[in-house]
Amino acid sequence: MLPRTLLHLAELLVVPPLLLGVVNRTKSVFAGRVGPPLLQPYFDLAKLLRKGAVYSRTTSWVFRAGPVVGLAAILSAGLLLGMGGAPAAISFTGDFVLFAYLLGLARFATALAALDTGSSFEGMGAAREVTFASLAEPALFLCLLVFARATGALSLGGMLGPALPAAWAPAAAALLLAAIGLFVIALAENGRIPVDDPGTHLELTMIHEVMVLDHGGPDLALILYGAALKLFLFGALLSRLVLGFGEGALASEALFLVGLLAFAIGVGVVESAMARLRMIRVPQLLVGASVLSAFALVLLLR
Amino acid sequence: MLVPILAPLALAAVAFAVPSNRRRPLALLAGAALHAAGVGALLATRPPARAGAWLVFDAMAAVTLLTSTSLFLAAAIYAQGYLARRQDRDNRVFVAGLLALLAAMTTVALSHHLGLAWVAMEAATLATAPLIYFNQNARSLEAAWKYLLIGSLGIALALLGTFFLALSGAGPGGPRSLLVEDLVAAGPALSLPWVRAAFVLLLVGYGTKMGLAPLHSWKPDAYGEAPGLLGALLAGGLTNSAFVCVARVFQVTRAAGEEAFAREALVGLGLLSMALAAVFVLGQRDFKRMLAYSSVEHMGILALGIGLGGGAAAGAFFHSMTNGLTKGVVFLAAGNIHRAYGSKVTDDVRGAARRLPVSGPLLLAGFLAVTGSPPFAPFFSEFAILNGAFAAGHHAIGALFLAFLAVIFVGMGATVLAVVQGDPRGAPTGPDPAERWLTAAPPLALMVLVLVLGLFLPRGLRELFGEAAALVGGSWGTP
Amino acid sequence: MALPADLVFILVVVLDFFLLASSRLGAAIRAVAIQGALLAALPLLLAGEGHDLGHTILLAVGALALKSLLIPWMMFRAIREASIRREMEPIVGFVASMVLGGIGVALAFAFASRLPLPGGDAHPFLVPTSLSTVWTGLLLVVTRKKAVNQVLGFLVLENGVFVFGLLLSGFMPVMVEAGVLLDLFAAVFVMGIVMFHINREFSSLDTARLSALKD
Repeated sequence: MLPRTLLHLAELLVVPPLLLGVVNRTKSVFAGRVGPPLLQPYFDLAKLLRKGAVYSRTTSWVFRAGPVVGLAAILSAGLLLGMGGAPAAISFTGDFVLFAYLLGLARFATALAALDTGSSFEGMGAAREVTFASLAEPALFLCLLVFARATGALSLGGMLGPALPAAWAPAAAALLLAAIGLFVIALAENGRIPVDDPGTHLELTMIHEVMVLDHGGPDLALILYGAALKLFLFGALLSRLVLGFGEGALASEALFLVGLLAFAIGVGVVESAMARLRMIRVPQLLVGASVLSAFALVLLLR
Repeated sequence: MLVPILAPLALAAVAFAVPSNRRRPLALLAGAALHAAGVGALLATRPPARAGAWLVFDAMAAVTLLTSTSLFLAAAIYAQGYLARRQDRDNRVFVAGLLALLAAMTTVALSHHLGLAWVAMEAATLATAPLIYFNQNARSLEAAWKYLLIGSLGIALALLGTFFLALSGAGPGGPRSLLVEDLVAAGPALSLPWVRAAFVLLLVGYGTKMGLAPLHSWKPDAYGEAPGLLGALLAGGLTNSAFVCVARVFQVTRAAGEEAFAREALVGLGLLSMALAAVFVLGQRDFKRMLAYSSVEHMGILALGIGLGGGAAAGAFFHSMTNGLTKGVVFLAAGNIHRAYGSKVTDDVRGAARRLPVSGPLLLAGFLAVTGSPPFAPFFSEFAILNGAFAAGHHAIGALFLAFLAVIFVGMGATVLAVVQGDPRGAPTGPDPAERWLTAAPPLALMVLVLVLGLFLPRGLRELFGEAAALVGGSWGTP
Repeated sequence: MALPADLVFILVVVLDFFLLASSRLGAAIRAVAIQGALLAALPLLLAGEGHDLGHTILLAVGALALKSLLIPWMMFRAIREASIRREMEPIVGFVASMVLGGIGVALAFAFASRLPLPGGDAHPFLVPTSLSTVWTGLLLVVTRKKAVNQVLGFLVLENGVFVFGLLLSGFMPVMVEAGVLLDLFAAVFVMGIVMFHINREFSSLDTARLSALKD
């Protein structure tokens, strides 16, 4: 048990920037370019950590605390997640609520830091981000409820444990719908197309990017790493849901990693194939994801 | 049995093929004549129902077919005059559509298979929707679209209800059929939740075609914009067919044991229709829309009649005949007045009694008949329903009935008197300012018929109404 | 439970949601066409022993031809004539439509479990899917302003009724089902003609303009 948990901790700490690299590589392949190396995000993080930071005089301790709190929250959330079928490092009944709100806490910290700069530009970004998050939250909870109902467990570790592959047999349709809903939520929470374009720097179109515009150096490294971690967490959920049927520890771990890679490639494909939605359509997309998840729940409750 | 259905259909095809715009209306006459002959033969021979037959000539069919035949005969003669004056339009679709409508209405009346009845109702809706657009202006187009969409919506719900009803009989030992006889015979063996749900859907669906409130919103537009000829056939004939469908569904519901619930629903919708008609008839300046609301009111009376049961049910069937014929009178007369003035609002039209010495007074007489004044027949049919209500102790319902009738009398009277009285000099002149025999004689004949039926109801007819009522749990004798 | 039939029913409901959320007419028509194709596959998936195979195949082929090919083709012609591409914000709003649709689906599943199926061996998703689709069709007809969308709503409603009719295919005579399909075709045909006239008269298919007649 202990070696496996240590392995998972190592994965949690090391793999996330690789996912970002895979996403970027996939987008480049689609665009016909060679693209950056797969390990580029690691180099970016290393470079940022070596730099110094400049702080504006209008900011306070909130601005400096933002990235730290955000990263701490996401790492804690990662400890609640069971990977590859093994139990989670920390697990108790109802911890999925804590999971969702730890992610929310991270977002809250980032938004506060953005507001702390006193710039209306960043305030606008924070407002948009928080609005979309408030629509994504019911969808996320509905998906988690589908998991709970299908597996009969009320802790994340239990939901993602051996009960999940067994739940596919009677409840395939519902779990499939929940997977689709979860994928849309993942795109929304991580600021990916079609909700937000991570590569844009146009004033009217930025959402997540604008919140972190004033951070530099180690702070930006923390934020970048936190974003990669968040992507990893959602990828872990989806990977376990869709590809979780390995027998034995080795097979489960291997399938888990394969699933993560597939998730990253999937995000890359979606980003390359679609355009960003008009902002007025994003609530409709998120409500659609909620309705799909609700439908999945209804199917299970029947 | 098949002659009244197939003959008009065949003639519809013929009418579609005939290239001459002038000769085509003759097909209507031929259709009417053959239809009348067929119905007459059926009445004379009264063929008994074979087991498992889809088409049965029962009392309800007899009442409806008699009304339809008389109306269509009058309409066919009227059409000769009307279409001769409307040579500016190609009447191919119009003539074929009217004949198809007659065939469909006959099928609905005769059909004891609920699926076939549905198919025929849908066909009637589709056949008449393009006809509303005969005047080819923006308003009639809007009316045609609303009629088509709301009618199709209602019919689709009625189909779902028909399926529910079929399913209710699908259990082991159930009849597994859509024939009224089989369903009634199975009676309590039918699955109750399905029967109840089916009744609701079928009432909503066929009620939309009848024009019961609150599903009547298409009626003022459709009847208001359609030519008077079409309005007469729709208000007098098609609504009766929908009423027969509702009555047959009620038969089955009674047999299954959901009678109380069904009665309440029918009485409720009936009173609602009368109330709504009363509200909208007051201050109505367009006299054709006013007639549409009058049709809503009378459909409410029909629903009320079979909902109350007993003598009121027999009165309801009597009323379906008197209402049908009277609507024929008023719509045809209104059509004449519309063409004489080129307008159908009371701002423009006055003095119709002088400009059109037959159609003007006919509108007045028709108004008196439609609102239930003696000695016209509707008075006696409405009296029978009222009598049934009070005799069974439904005093509140009877009182409401009378109140609504009074309000409608006042409301319609204001509009009709404004149209009929006064001096026509200075009023606008339409495309057809003079009275013509071909368009004046049919409503006159229908009016005479309405008067005669009021003064002297043949015993045979009276018995027919009683028989029809017996199918839905009523009769002349019992209160 | 047979997985393919399960998935088909679920897909039908997901398409209902898509239709409620869609604002592009072309996408909506294609969604209805796909729904028609799915429904055409259903009689074959649900046919158990004792069902007349020839009858089933005929029904499936007829439904496919009408619902998936002919009727969408007519609708595409209608919008090409009128050169419209989008539906403006409907009366209730896309988000509200989706939520209402979702509530309707939930209620349909709840309600259907209370209606005992006398047949006994029908697929448990059949009645709820049928009721959900009927509800979606009603919502579309009532809340959409473009005439084409209203016709699509009518088609969706008829799809729901068709699904329900599959319960009775054991003893319902072919004539009634054929009559239903033909009536659907005729209805859409007539609607197409009226839409053509509407477009000619008003230069638009926005039924909000059809508001001259009122009391």
